[in-house]
Amino acid sequence: MIDAPVPLSNEQLERNFADIAPPLTNDAALLEANKCLFCHDAPCTIACPTHIDVPAFIKKIASGNLRGSARVILEANPFGHSCARACPVEVLCEGACVLNDRDEQPIKIALLQRHATDVVLERKLRLFEPGPNTGKRVAIVGAGPAGLACARDLRRHGHAVTVFEAQPQPGGLNTYGIAEYKLKADVALAEVQDILDLGVELKTGVTVASLEPLLASFDAVFVGIGLGSTKRLGIPGEDLPGVVDALTFIEHLKTHPYRETAVGRHVVVIGAGNTAIDAVTQAKRLGAATATIVYRRGERDMPCYHYEYELAKHDGCGFRFNAAPQRVLGNGAVAGLEVRTTSGTETIPCDMVIVAIGQQERSLVVPRTDPRVFVGGDCANGGAEIVNAAAEGVAAAKKIDAVLGGKGR
Amino acid sequence: MADLRTNFAGIDSPNPFWLASGPPTNTYGQVAKAFDQGWGGAVWKTIGEPIINVFSRYGAVDLGQNRMMGFNNIELISDRPIADNLKEIAEVKRNYPKHAVIASLMVESKREAWHEMVKQTEDTGADGIELNFGCPHGMSERGMGSAVGQVPDYTCQIVEWVKEVATIPVIVKLTPNVTDITYIARAAVKGGADALSLINTINSIVGVDLTTFEPQPSVAGKSSHGGYCGPAVKPIALHLVSAVAGDPVVKIPISGIGGIASWRDAAEFIALGAGTLQVCTAVMHYGFRIVEDLIGGHRTIADIRGRALPKVTKWEELDLNYHLLAHIDQDKCIKCELCWTACEDGAHQAIRRVPRNNGGPVVEIIEEACVGCNLCAAVCPVQDCITMRQVPNDYAPVTWKEYAAGKGKLAPRSEQFHTATWGTRA
Repeated sequence: MIDAPVPLSNEQLERNFADIAPPLTNDAALLEANKCLFCHDAPCTIACPTHIDVPAFIKKIASGNLRGSARVILEANPFGHSCARACPVEVLCEGACVLNDRDEQPIKIALLQRHATDVVLERKLRLFEPGPNTGKRVAIVGAGPAGLACARDLRRHGHAVTVFEAQPQPGGLNTYGIAEYKLKADVALAEVQDILDLGVELKTGVTVASLEPLLASFDAVFVGIGLGSTKRLGIPGEDLPGVVDALTFIEHLKTHPYRETAVGRHVVVIGAGNTAIDAVTQAKRLGAATATIVYRRGERDMPCYHYEYELAKHDGCGFRFNAAPQRVLGNGAVAGLEVRTTSGTETIPCDMVIVAIGQQERSLVVPRTDPRVFVGGDCANGGAEIVNAAAEGVAAAKKIDAVLGGKGR
Repeated sequence: MADLRTNFAGIDSPNPFWLASGPPTNTYGQVAKAFDQGWGGAVWKTIGEPIINVFSRYGAVDLGQNRMMGFNNIELISDRPIADNLKEIAEVKRNYPKHAVIASLMVESKREAWHEMVKQTEDTGADGIELNFGCPHGMSERGMGSAVGQVPDYTCQIVEWVKEVATIPVIVKLTPNVTDITYIARAAVKGGADALSLINTINSIVGVDLTTFEPQPSVAGKSSHGGYCGPAVKPIALHLVSAVAGDPVVKIPISGIGGIASWRDAAEFIALGAGTLQVCTAVMHYGFRIVEDLIGGHRTIADIRGRALPKVTKWEELDLNYHLLAHIDQDKCIKCELCWTACEDGAHQAIRRVPRNNGGPVVEIIEEACVGCNLCAAVCPVQDCITMRQVPNDYAPVTWKEYAAGKGKLAPRSEQFHTATWGTRA
């Protein structure tokens, strides 16, 4: 690994990792809420995978009922706190806002959602209660957004829930994998705690190797195990010290004081998805002199969202398109990345390589045809947003409730 | 969810939020949909001999980006046959037995006509009758609506006729287009009314098109005064509800109407003595779904009912020794100087400008000149930046009534007035 000291002061690091979208003041929230047209069959609500009734929660902000507003949000989406910070709203609710068609800025839905839901964490409001005990037991594998969204609604239906989590902390990628300037682990964990407080039994540090024993002792099983480790490049030199995968890099950053995460002076990130952007921006914000995305295809082929690309450019990150990594150069440490370009082979000098070319599927065998087995989140959808995982967890809870004799609502 | 069940003058409803008589309560389909979405009751669009409406019936006043801050109409009562309306009222009541279904009536001022209408209405199973003595346009030219509600004797007389045959509660809907609404309210009580509802709409011309010089809403180039409603009229309605609710003679339940759009509006009416709330314009703007906000904002209603009423008093009962001083939170100030302009030109010249430098304060209260009027706080665009703080003194409270009678002493107050010539003052 890199042992170069982080060149930035603690104050600068705090600034670099502060919320990229700071919360609205009360004034700004009221003004914004009153701009909402309160559309019927609102495009923002349709665009949200959890179908939060956006006009209803905004109307409640305007009428000063923040608790009621938060309830509308969290009723639909148990991960309303993290989604307010990390959702790609530009392509979801805000992208769908009708004001875009009036050549105006859309309503700041994410910030309004944060405004309403922050009150729940600040005042420790308890908005939901567990349902009367049904005597049914459900095992949930994976304490990420999918599993815990499912857990929350199962508890509200009165089913006993035990969640098995391999990591020491719950929350999945919310805790370990979202860019620090979007969502901090303490918010993710507070959000999780609200769900656990409904009486969810959580067993951390437990890796489930087979569903058989769970199916023997539980009435249903929900699998929300996400995806596995980052795919390997399959090129020479990728085991050199100084080559790390993006998820490990980000996880380390999120679980340690900022200056304890090693960052190179010249960092190359391989890949151009949203995780690659998270890696390159955070390398830059940690103090790398240069942080460059290296991508084998062209600018227009990048899988990351457009605004993520803009953010990385704004952060001063570099981009090398049509550059296919051939091997990592170095003797005991990274010295460069050899790439093949349209004009031949070229070496990009660097002392750190972060790999962000997607995650592998996990090996756990899931008997998907078993009527008592349900899946959701990244392991089911191939890797999407928190809001998709939450939506799938909520939907699964309805189905599980129906299977267990409930009304399936 | 909170238990908001309400009994109003003997009429039960799952909550106190009723649709006011108007376009949203014109048909079975509308009222049934509204009940499905959570409304506790509905006052049917006023029934009488079917009328013929003009095309173009509504006008609106926008305030900046906000549409329909005020709204007016020149629409008349129901244009549907009486029999159709009564049939649908019966059907709604049959299918929604727990909801309040009120028939609003307006017929010509003849005893037999009212008797006949009331009897037919009672056959529907409706929970109550609302007498429309309020519409200020069109019908009033024919001796109905506010033409009745503006004359205490007429009001009393027709209520008496109705009560001769009615066995269900009778609510009298009052017009605000009078000099003192308590006279009309007392007349309704004298006639035997079981409850009052107020306010109906306020006489208005909503605007003039300056290219055509046609008043709005225009009907073939001309217009007529119409009934004004919407958020703009709420303060007038609050006052009139408090006047009637606080009247020592009236003492019957009041259904509050006028600009209610959110649970807060509703709570204010309840605090001033309203038992149920009626909503029309906000539904015409945003649909029946707004009831969700009305219901969702309340945990209880009993706890706030009438709470503000004892605090409404005559001016002569207010304490002259209660002194306030404006306070500017300089950390919150965004330096727009709107407060300075307002105070300097529109009030008491009690704010001092400080030259802009170093990011320091640009406005300061001149304490010896401030009369605590609230204007600066009202114009300030930042929440809680300018607050009014009480300045304690050693003087006992004294009202004008007492002071004028030679009792009590006035505490020393701001005496500094801006009498200097323009330009000579900093």
